[in-house]
Amino acid sequence: MKNNERIIESFLFLSAITALVIVSMILLFLLKEGGPFLLRTGISDFCLGMNWHPDPVAGEPAYGIFPMIVGSIYIATGSLIFALPLGVSCAVFLVEVAPLWVQSVIRRGIELLVGIPSVVLGFFGLVLLVPLIREYFGGYGFSILAGSIILGIMALPHIISISADAIAAVPNAHKEASYALGATRWHTIWNVTLPSAKSGIIAAVILGMGNSIGETMAVLMVAGNSTVLPEPIIDILDPVMTMTANIVIGMNYATGEYQEALFATGIILFLMIVILNGVSYHMLRSGKIIQ
Amino acid sequence: MINIAGHHRILSHDTINKIATLILWASAVITISFLVYIIGYIIIRGIGVINISFLLDSPRMSGAEGGIFNAIVGTLCLVAIALITAVPIGVGAAIFLIEYATDNPVTRVITFGVECLAGIPSIVIGLFGYAFFVVYLGLGFSILSGGLSLMFMILPWTVRASEEAIKTVSMELKEGSLALGATKWQTIVQIVIPGALPGITTGVILGTGKAIGETAVIMYTAGSSLLLPHSIFDPVRALPYHLYILVSEGISEDMAYGSAVVLLVMILIINLMAIGIQKMCNKRMK
Repeated sequence: MKNNERIIESFLFLSAITALVIVSMILLFLLKEGGPFLLRTGISDFCLGMNWHPDPVAGEPAYGIFPMIVGSIYIATGSLIFALPLGVSCAVFLVEVAPLWVQSVIRRGIELLVGIPSVVLGFFGLVLLVPLIREYFGGYGFSILAGSIILGIMALPHIISISADAIAAVPNAHKEASYALGATRWHTIWNVTLPSAKSGIIAAVILGMGNSIGETMAVLMVAGNSTVLPEPIIDILDPVMTMTANIVIGMNYATGEYQEALFATGIILFLMIVILNGVSYHMLRSGKIIQ
Repeated sequence: MINIAGHHRILSHDTINKIATLILWASAVITISFLVYIIGYIIIRGIGVINISFLLDSPRMSGAEGGIFNAIVGTLCLVAIALITAVPIGVGAAIFLIEYATDNPVTRVITFGVECLAGIPSIVIGLFGYAFFVVYLGLGFSILSGGLSLMFMILPWTVRASEEAIKTVSMELKEGSLALGATKWQTIVQIVIPGALPGITTGVILGTGKAIGETAVIMYTAGSSLLLPHSIFDPVRALPYHLYILVSEGISEDMAYGSAVVLLVMILIINLMAIGIQKMCNKRMK
């Protein structure tokens, strides 16, 4: 009996470390495939290079992903500008204002929104949003703006649920003290609840940033995939290519050094996201929003 | 903002409170309308394409004609492999974290591993799946390569959902079982797992929804073959990837709408199942 329990316990332990093993193997294989290339080219030349001409037929190949790093950050930031105000006010509503039945409608809605496949959202953006932008704002329609809106919709459910958890974690005594001093509900939300939930909301923003940078299919379908920087740099109606789109498009026919360059893009992407998630995870833990 | 208005008495506190409440309601209505609009827009335009032969015929001419049966089969095979592997590992990990481990550096590293995996972009997991399963292990583009890569994607979900579910099992029940002389493992099998089952099932069902819609992970691991597979070593094309190819190669917008509707209906059914299970369990609890 004792022996059996020990076998079971070691199976459970192995299950528990599986995720960690997978993450280490992902890093290992990315480094194996893309690391030598990255060292050969130089990390700064690769990350700050302006030109991406991977095809050796068209002359000396150049591998610079700076425009794509900018594209990814642009679209991720844009998605948050869109999702943050809406998401936080929706979270406040969910926790502080909504009657019970409305709460359950919103929670179900959020679960459903998380479930919509990104390729379906990308398709929706392609058939509705892109033509709308082309018609009313000009440009190609495939743009930073289109990518930001679609990714903003994808980021909404995550922003709402993490912010709602942060708001719900504010001790009732603080709010009651505010009410006892004669403050209205809004006064209490603005001066007591939101400031106390601040670190949780910032963590949600950082996590949302990571999610948006990592998003692939939807952004691939609406952002236009141009490997040069927007001109002028602030033109949100210009198309951009994100790092994720670069990998998807390239993997279709890449071989040799070109493929290594895509794995190197994966390494940069991996690092950016692990750093963002690590910061966010640390904030949520130290804010006691997750155990 | 509030203070300025308050000092000048342009708007009373009461009015500001009412306006703010209105804005909060509006934000919720806007969020829900996005959802309804997106789903409605696609279903209204795509429902006309759906019929029995669309669902049960094989695609012809790269998918411009015929149906999407082979892509549906592809998706189901991939999701099955992912679930068969992710559920035991995920539940096992959750049991270990909640019942066996105490809060120490080891468990913190384990939990960080789960969080890390949850954050890794799907295309990076796809790259890894390609380098590891397809090339290094020589499995080629296959259901096995794609399904196992997909497992990496849903494993964190399974762990988290199971952890939440196991936490809800009451301490008294567990202690009662231990006091009657049951071993730790007997208690887990007979008290903890049955008690946590509804929560675990709900989590797994929602994870299935995630796996059905995932594209970037399976593009370069499961392949894009439109033939029906004969074994788990054959390549398949999953439905979301089929949709992407229909759109990006301009093969057929009608077929794309139809595929999108089928995907959405699958997700809707899955969410309804999750809600149903939650309702059933709430009733049982009462």
